[in-house]
Amino acid sequence: MMRRVVSALNRKLLRDLWNIKGQLVAIIFVMASGIMTFVLSFGVIDSLELGQEIYYDRAEFADVWASAKRVPQDVDEQIKQIDGVSKVETRVTFGGTIQVEGMDEPATGRIISLPDNREPLLNKLYLERGRLLRPDEEDAVLASEAFVLAHDFILGDTVDMIINGKKRTLKIVGVVLSPEYVYSLGAGAMIPDNKRFGVFWMSHRALEAAVDMDGAFNDVALSLNRGANVDDVKAELDRILKPYGGLISYDRSEQMSNWFVENELAQNRTTGTVTPMIFLAVAAFLVNVVMTRQVATQRVQIGMLKAVGYNESEIAFHYLRMVMVVVVIGSIIGLIGGAWLGKGLLNLYAEYFRFPYLRYTYSIDVMILSVAFCAASATAGTWIAMKQAASLPPAEAMRPETPTEFKETILERLGIDRFFSFLSRIVLRQVERRPIRALLSSIGVGFALSILVFANALTDSMDHMMNVQYDIGSREDLMLSFVEPRHVSALEEIRLMPGVLKVEPLRDVPVNLRHGHLSKRTGISGIIPNPDLHRVLGADLKPIDISSGFVMSKMLSEILDVKVGDTIKAEVLEERRPELDLTVSAIYDEFVGMGAFIDIERINSLLNEGPVVTGAALMIDPNWNGPLYENIKEIPSIVGTAMMTKMRELFEEIMDENMMRMMAIYVVFAAFIACGVIYNTARIAFSERARELASLRVLGLTKGEVAYILFGELALVVLLAIPLGIFIGYGLVAGLVASFETELFRIPLYIKSDTYAYAVCVVIASALISFYLVWRQVDNINLVEAQKGVE
Amino acid sequence: MLDQVTDENIVFKTDAITKQYGVGELTVHALRGVTMEIPKGELIVLLGPSGSGKSTFLNIIGGLDQPTSGNVHFEGAALADMTDRELTYFRRENVGFVFQSYNLVPSLTALENVELITDIAADPMSAKEALAAVNLTERLNHFPSQLSGGEQQRVAIARAIAKRPEVMLCDEPTGALDSETGILVLEALQNVNKTYGTTTIIITHNVSIADVADRVIYFADGNVSDVQINENPKPIRDIRW
Repeated sequence: MMRRVVSALNRKLLRDLWNIKGQLVAIIFVMASGIMTFVLSFGVIDSLELGQEIYYDRAEFADVWASAKRVPQDVDEQIKQIDGVSKVETRVTFGGTIQVEGMDEPATGRIISLPDNREPLLNKLYLERGRLLRPDEEDAVLASEAFVLAHDFILGDTVDMIINGKKRTLKIVGVVLSPEYVYSLGAGAMIPDNKRFGVFWMSHRALEAAVDMDGAFNDVALSLNRGANVDDVKAELDRILKPYGGLISYDRSEQMSNWFVENELAQNRTTGTVTPMIFLAVAAFLVNVVMTRQVATQRVQIGMLKAVGYNESEIAFHYLRMVMVVVVIGSIIGLIGGAWLGKGLLNLYAEYFRFPYLRYTYSIDVMILSVAFCAASATAGTWIAMKQAASLPPAEAMRPETPTEFKETILERLGIDRFFSFLSRIVLRQVERRPIRALLSSIGVGFALSILVFANALTDSMDHMMNVQYDIGSREDLMLSFVEPRHVSALEEIRLMPGVLKVEPLRDVPVNLRHGHLSKRTGISGIIPNPDLHRVLGADLKPIDISSGFVMSKMLSEILDVKVGDTIKAEVLEERRPELDLTVSAIYDEFVGMGAFIDIERINSLLNEGPVVTGAALMIDPNWNGPLYENIKEIPSIVGTAMMTKMRELFEEIMDENMMRMMAIYVVFAAFIACGVIYNTARIAFSERARELASLRVLGLTKGEVAYILFGELALVVLLAIPLGIFIGYGLVAGLVASFETELFRIPLYIKSDTYAYAVCVVIASALISFYLVWRQVDNINLVEAQKGVE
Repeated sequence: MLDQVTDENIVFKTDAITKQYGVGELTVHALRGVTMEIPKGELIVLLGPSGSGKSTFLNIIGGLDQPTSGNVHFEGAALADMTDRELTYFRRENVGFVFQSYNLVPSLTALENVELITDIAADPMSAKEALAAVNLTERLNHFPSQLSGGEQQRVAIARAIAKRPEVMLCDEPTGALDSETGILVLEALQNVNKTYGTTTIIITHNVSIADVADRVIYFADGNVSDVQINENPKPIRDIRW
């Protein structure tokens, strides 16, 4: 006889799988969703980090920067001699307002010199379009791609820029990417605004002639040898530049664009790590529960196989193969889907992180890890269930499971059962007889609900943060900053402009704050004691009174390890560089950025300055926007303008473009997982009861009554799952929020009732659909078959 | 005693086996010390009311259940000394079971249900041969749900004999069948007993079946109450149902 290719046991496997295909599809989906979120999140994060690394490496991104007023060119020889320095590039750079045709609002820009006869040694540009500059080419510039895209410029277009008090018309001949401006942040801006801030590169000789910097530089970038001590180099560089009005040097961690990139990547790493881990864990738990119950329904067959002489390991492998089919298909869908979605998502990110060398990275270890995790969990579930069934003597396994000791339900003992119908009592007794099973089902559905809450809650918290920041805290419409400190009377001019309703003075002082061995380069803002516009909020959302002294944000206090009453040193990074001793009078919670505030009069007197300001917060009449902007653009001493409404829009845009994209995907997967779990719970409950329900039908119960018994139990499971899920979801969000703290912002724990409602609705809808699908099975119970004893 | 245990004509020897379920007041004594020898090659019928311990006895000698006390020897080997693995092989090679509720795998056809055994047995007959032995030569590719009760039970018998077992243990094989079908099933069993010399033990409620047996063992209240030896067992066709 020809040997059969597929053994009888394997054929049983295939047919059994086919019979429960609906459930299998649901389990596979749950598992694939878990793997997909895992693979796509890590793929995108790894790709971005690798893209950043490759870009910095190829572009020779500098390690240390410093700027000064005016440094004679030959000082660069001294800088090159500093121990540990590899390459030095000196430059001339200026900031100023720019004017673009057709744009009302004022914008600012930065112009940087490029060596005339060679490529820069550091911070090399990547030419995206057009051409590079010719030596000595006047008024031709390379422009940052982000700015060009924001304005739809084409090569040959011009931009007017006020450089050092003189207006120049700059012609764009090339479009470039720079590692120093992956994010382009203007003076005083907290987030990139590509429309209102542009970066330009101009011939060194042309620029130095235009700004009277012949034979001098005012900015320098260095790269270091491997193993060089960054702090020593910075200290030495500061010493060399001090006589030339040098500001304190800084390294990559304080370079604005890089700081922002690092923060964004850190955020992505947090959401992109925590979320998929939760998803994968939930998926694995659910696959485990579902497989356990699936195998448990095969108890009689396991007993029979054992009775006729199959041994435990043969039976175990039989069911493990069942799991493997699920694991293999789920993994393939998860891995392929994850990589595909990851690629798509990375393309979206590529518009945002301007890395020229961005490729999707397949993280094999991540893939293996996610598959192994799901496989292990499913296998464990199957193994335990199989063991339970196989450990019984076969004679007992083959008997239908005997009901455990009969007990009256709690309700009956309390005597309130008479309020329940006969059918309801059956339902309640079923639940009470197997409380663990009911609880596990509830936890499963609760987990599904919790990830729905989780996926939306981050958006809620973000919205809340934005509301606090921009509606309650910073209420100004416009923030102006001057090139250098000016007498307060300069504000009178602004106050008189048509459309200006209110002006509050600001005095920003760049400082290096030191406490013990800890230091942080930041700014102190001098503001009036009880401002209406630019306010400092405490955790209770009430304005903090700064007249008492010096207040700082919690983030900053943690970086410097200070508490209220501590005195810190503030090294002022301006002019004569005085050092101030400041005692911290209060620490407040701030969601965005990390501020330090002081009474403007006090800081001015500490600095021995008269009443000076460096900027102003304005409230303006929206009807006067246009003319007001025209007026402001004509003030040559203004280097920066930040519009709060625009800031908020930008912030929200960044959030939407960045992590909310991932969150949107998570929401979809969470819904899939919820449906998969609930369908399975319903389907298995049905197969466990099919025979019993058939008997009841034979006894004369209607389909409706039988369905009531089945769905009554499921309804109780779902009802219990709702508070459980909300509770678990809240915990997950609290965990994420706690881990989600970057220097850029902190997220408050805030979940809208809408989010809970959405999650509950999805769960209930999934339950109703599942009930309907299972109802069709109830409808088809074959009464004769059921009584014949066929499984 | 010892040479009786190793007697080549004895297939099963039980020594004061008891079986209790539950504890305390609720304890049920299913068997109260059954001592008995089962000779090789006979067709044996176990008779007795419900709860008299027949099924428990059958499950224990078949290695499906453990006695609370006492010993079972199969061809001289004590089942109590066997590991779970050895017990599995004991069942795989030596015992064919037929259950009242057939216990066929619903997702396998008649032929495949038999192949489930021929796949793992050491020296099986072919699945078709086993089915032919119970007069099933058609409908081999039908699923259990497409077969009548008698046909399903005959598939179950074919499944049991396919491995050429030493003993066949049948727990009310005709319990769910009408008389015509029951006769077909019993004929199949008697045929197997005569053709292959397989020791066959059948539990039944039906007293008339006792006439076809070589030996009838009566159970009452967890013990053997009587044993009758039939010198001239009747052919199945001659009994009155």
